[in-house]
Amino acid sequence: MFNTQKILNDFPILTRPGANGLPLCYLDSGATSQRPNQVVAAAARFYTEINANVHRGVYRISEEATEAYESAREKIRAFLNAGSTREIIFTSGTTEAINLVARSWGAKNLNSGDRVVVTEFEHHSNLVPWQMLAAEKEIVLDVIPVLDDGTLDLDVYRELLKLGPKLIAVSGMSNVLGTIPPLESMIPAAHEAGALVLVDGAQLVPHLKTDVRVLDADFLVFSGHKMLAPTGIGVLYGKETLLKEMPPFFGGGDMIRKVFLRSFTVADLPYKFEAGTKPIAQAVGLGAAIDYLNLLGMDQVAAHEHELTLRAIESLQAVPGLTIYGPLGGNRGSAVSFTIEGIHPHDIASLLDREGICVRAGHHCAMPIHDRFRIPATTRASFYLYNTEADIERLCSGLKKVVSIFA
Amino acid sequence: MDDLYREVILDHYKNPQYRGELDPHDLSFEDENPLCGDHLRIDLRVDEDGTVREALFSGHGCAISQASADLLVESIIGKKIDSLKTMTKEDVLDLLGFDELGPVRLKCALLSLKVLKGGLYGISGSDEVIDLEE
Repeated sequence: MFNTQKILNDFPILTRPGANGLPLCYLDSGATSQRPNQVVAAAARFYTEINANVHRGVYRISEEATEAYESAREKIRAFLNAGSTREIIFTSGTTEAINLVARSWGAKNLNSGDRVVVTEFEHHSNLVPWQMLAAEKEIVLDVIPVLDDGTLDLDVYRELLKLGPKLIAVSGMSNVLGTIPPLESMIPAAHEAGALVLVDGAQLVPHLKTDVRVLDADFLVFSGHKMLAPTGIGVLYGKETLLKEMPPFFGGGDMIRKVFLRSFTVADLPYKFEAGTKPIAQAVGLGAAIDYLNLLGMDQVAAHEHELTLRAIESLQAVPGLTIYGPLGGNRGSAVSFTIEGIHPHDIASLLDREGICVRAGHHCAMPIHDRFRIPATTRASFYLYNTEADIERLCSGLKKVVSIFA
Repeated sequence: MDDLYREVILDHYKNPQYRGELDPHDLSFEDENPLCGDHLRIDLRVDEDGTVREALFSGHGCAISQASADLLVESIIGKKIDSLKTMTKEDVLDLLGFDELGPVRLKCALLSLKVLKGGLYGISGSDEVIDLEE
């Protein structure tokens, strides 16, 4: 049984009274989640009890620090059902992980005239690295359009596959529309056409059970801070056969086997891609976040969010002049973006803030999808495991006040 | 619900007096707020002696940025174009009746000043222009 009251007790920021005496109504988990006491404690315990740099240290706390860091890697491996911890690379987050694939795999394998396919709803971090590479190497960027209902135009996708692309870079869940593309059919189709698939899991992994072997994703990237963990830590999963053949991305300590004055040899996976001192306490925090999610059960988390999201969509549609962008039902994520006729998203967010309600206003780092719907910006509410029906009631009554102020 | 959305702000937003485009115009400046995609344009007709005779604004934005544009445009009509280069952030906040504003909404309130001064100095796109005074 999903006990939201018990969960809320783990998130002090969500229960302490805010400026208006009411607790915070936090509806911006799509941007970053809150962290439970268990995660904060795990990171703090690292600093207060075993802080030392990992690997190579032979003294006790360095060994403990290494063990904590590597056990976080193992927790991530199990969480994703990856075959080996050699496939789990710590990065600073989604953005660095995508840049790593673009700069390492892309630099080696993409040549002038090669094609990379993205979607119209990608956020900037799964768009700009490919644009940069396209400009340098004269590769062609193809785009799967988004239909009016927020889903991908899969007819166009099938046509694009016929052009023989090398890579499909697709978000597992749109951070604006909440759309969940049918990866279970898109990935086999890509493989059949000879393309690899990178899944941007920034919004997917925190919310839905993600099994890299069931998906057969070639690369999967995500950030810790959107799934209860600290900022500054994220993950690149890649199939070992691919990672093995990729050149290093950053050069420096820890990614080497041997260094001479004028040359070096590369370390084994996963360290080949982990130059310099990584955010160790944050990695330990990510491990604790995964423990927390496992304790609740990802299926229960997803079911709770889905119920809330459908409830929110239903309630929001009763607000006068409100339009929702993205699927209105079915299997969709918990990001719900909307506009209200005649009221700018910033004004909506400012007025909701006065009621202790945190929503995001703007383009959510995904300007092209806003252009697609011919709107400059939207207001977005996004839900996570600690949100309740009371949050939705506050959102909707707040919005009705906003409408009355601008009436 | 709020002092940020006082009647005067909402009134200028809902019923702007200086909204539109001037065709032809002597000067036209535009810019945007990259954080939110708001876009603003100001058209001016200027007399031979350098006095702003007519001014209108166009574009899209939130209530704060639109009210600010309406008030700013109203305030510059009849003034010498050179004197506008010394307009400050405080002048705009005075027009809006704010003592202070958070950093995010401040950008909304100052978009009109950024457009005007950026155009006058010929360096649009920079926030630094707001602090320039000749």
